[in-house]
Order: sequence, then structure tokens, then C-alpha cells
Amino acid sequence: MSKIHVVTRVNDEKVEFLCEPQETLLDVLRNKLNLTGTKEGCATGDCGACSVTLDGRLVCSCLTLAAETKGKSVGTIEGVADGDTLHPVQQKLLEHAALQCGVCTPGYVIAIKALLEKNPDPSESEIRYWLAGNLCRCTGYDKIITAVQDLAGQSDKFKEVV
Amino acid sequence: MGSFAYTAPKKLEQALAVLNKHAAEGNRIQVLAGGTDLLVQLKSIDSEPRTILDIKKIAETSQLTFDGDHVFIGSTISCAVLYENAELKEMFPGLTESIDLIGSTQIQGKATLGGNLCNASPAGDTISALFVNGATCVIANESGLREMPVDEFVVGVGRNALQPGELLLGLKLPKPAANTSDAYLRFIPRTEMDIAVAGAAVSVSLDDNGVCVAARVAIGAVATTALNVPAAVEALVGSALDASALQKAAEASSAASSPISDKRGTEEFRRKIVGVLTKRAATTAYARAKGEG
Repeated sequence: MSKIHVVTRVNDEKVEFLCEPQETLLDVLRNKLNLTGTKEGCATGDCGACSVTLDGRLVCSCLTLAAETKGKSVGTIEGVADGDTLHPVQQKLLEHAALQCGVCTPGYVIAIKALLEKNPDPSESEIRYWLAGNLCRCTGYDKIITAVQDLAGQSDKFKEVV
Repeated sequence: MGSFAYTAPKKLEQALAVLNKHAAEGNRIQVLAGGTDLLVQLKSIDSEPRTILDIKKIAETSQLTFDGDHVFIGSTISCAVLYENAELKEMFPGLTESIDLIGSTQIQGKATLGGNLCNASPAGDTISALFVNGATCVIANESGLREMPVDEFVVGVGRNALQPGELLLGLKLPKPAANTSDAYLRFIPRTEMDIAVAGAAVSVSLDDNGVCVAARVAIGAVATTALNVPAAVEALVGSALDASALQKAAEASSAASSPISDKRGTEEFRRKIVGVLTKRAATTAYARAKGEG
């Protein structure tokens, strides 16, 4: 079985790896690139824990083949904070205590960031629909939604649209 | 037992050559577009090795053109990209509604119209919306391109009319005539992230007096494939979609359905609800065709 050589960009850095044809981006991120911030929840595209961006588009890394990322650009949770300085989305989730066990949080951060970059001032209903594919079994969602509402309308923080 | 392989050719001829080679040698091959169905199947239903032919790099499959009297939608354009296209939404509000209903934001980022159609789930949201818009499948094979009406393309649960060596390049939709519009509605037990229990798509064309001169009605998730409902069309044409015409159309849809009972809904419930959805989708399509939607 021949492995596939992939050259891609992850968090704006050139990355090379060898993968199996059927191997998912999620497995390569976690097991080959040691980027374990992206979590596996359901592995069938229902829970959003594995959310990443692919050429700026929010996707499930569990439903993306690693081989598909050849020549593309992948964004993961590891690329969100600026060194020790948290991204505004991360900061707000903390302030609102919008996480408990934290397994869903990286996926939420990626999804919320993608929402605010596209729509800096979403309504509650827009927030809830956008995040319907991210499941959280701890918080009851309310604190997460409140945190995003607290960020809505601050477009200066979300200028860097990919 | 064979092994897995992945290939993503840039040229249509290369992709067709790979398909034909596999067909000739009896080796398993599966076309990959968005992968939101394929990868789930691969993990949970059928993990046997195969060649995965990614057709996203073939330029024709990502074309969206509005030339002449047709719109061409490449088979691998993601739902998110289609939904964000203002021109498409303006022309086919019902079809874009059906596109937007598939899965979460994450799924939308990868899932494709071509994949939803080829996967041929009885509950596929876009399929009945494609029916009522008179879509034609553009199919590529070694001898060239062939076209097939979308209602002939879906032939059973998870089965489409593609022959070995063929792939779906895209869909061709006639641009809607004046005073024409569409709508799609589905019922799910929650507000998001579920599969249709029943769905109905309606397209209507009106004359200057608001009388329906042409219509199409299709229903989903209530039979092995999406179904056209000619009796519902008969009920609508010639009317201004008054209560009695809508009631007849609803009854026609209910009568045409042959649903199953499962955890999402009973046969009886599905039969009733598909009529209600037909009535409501027709009302929305009518308002849109009058420019009030």
C-alpha cells in the first residue's frame, strides 16, 4: 500500500506528511503532526469537536481526507492564540465560563471565529443556527451563546478574514 | 482483498480513464466530492478497500455559470458556496433553501449538490427541489457527455443511474420564466441538524392575473425516491392557489406517498404531513412568483 505525500499549509506554516489514502485530516493532525488541540468526538460529522478551516471554510476534519488538503490551507485551534495572548473568542469563553470539560471548546473557538469573520454582528438566532453543528454536553449552551453575543458588533477584532 | 488508493486528477479524461480501468478490471472505485456521506459510510457501514477518485480538481465540476437560458452548477461546489451566491438564490430560492438545510455549517462547507443527488437518499433535501426546477444531469463518460432528467437519475434507495465509467459533471437548470418561483419545505422533529421526515418542493408559473399556468410538485422522504406528483400539479394549474386548489394538491401529495414508519415518524403522520408541506410550499412559491415573497 503506497502512502501519499502531502504538502499543505497548517496555521500558515508549510507542512509535509505521508498518509494512507483513507486517513482523515483529523487523524493526521493528531497522530502525525502532534496537533492534538483538535478533538475527535463522534467521528461522523455530527458534533463539531474536530472543526477546522480548510481554505477559510469551516469543515469537520473527521470528514476530510488528509490527502484532500494537498496545496490547501488548514486552520486549527493551535493557530488561534497569539503566543500567550488569547484570541478574543478564547478570552470571552473564559470570561463567561462557557466551558467545563473542554473537549468541545477547540471546535467552538474555530466555529465562532469563522462566524464572526463572516458576520461580525450576528443575531442570537444566527449564532444558534451557525453553531448547531457543535455539541456541548456540559454547559447547556447558554453561556456559549452569551459569550458570542458579547463579541458581536466588535468588527475591529475580526478583520483578518481568510 | 485489495488496498486503498486515492487519486485526484485535474483533467476529466484522466478521471474517466481511471474509472474505466477499474470497471474493466472489476476493481472497486468510488467518486469523492464533499465526502460528508462517503467518509461516514467508509467508517461505519462499509470499510472495504477501494480507490477513492476525488473529482474536485476537475475544473468543470466547480463551475457555476449563468450563460444563455441555463444555469450550470458543477457537481462538487460546496453547499456553503452555492447558498452564498445571490444570483442563484434570486433565481431558485426554493432550491437554495433545500441546499441550506443539509447538515451543519461544517457539513455545508464540504457537502455538495452533486453528492446529495448521487447519494440518492430518499430524504435528500435537494432532490425534490431539483425535480421541480426541471434539472438535467450532465454525465461524463468516455464517449462524451450525456444528459438525463434528474427524475430519471434517482432510481432507488442510494441508487442512481450512473453506469460504470461515468461521473456526474454537474446539473443544468433552465432559467425560470417570468412570474415563476419555487419553494422547499421539510419537517424534522427539531429545528436543525436532522433528516427530513417528509419534504415538499413546489414551483409555480403565473400569468399577469395571478393564475397558475404551470407548476411542478415533488415530494421527498415518503417513498424510495423523490416523486413527482402530477395530480397535485393538475390541482394547482388554472387556479389562483385558492384554498380548494391547495387542499386538492395536499391530498394528491398524501395519496402519492408510500412512506415507512420509523423512529422519526409513522407512516400515517408522514402521509398527512407531506400534504401540509405541499400546501405551504405552494403558498410560498406563489407569493414569490407574484414578487411578494
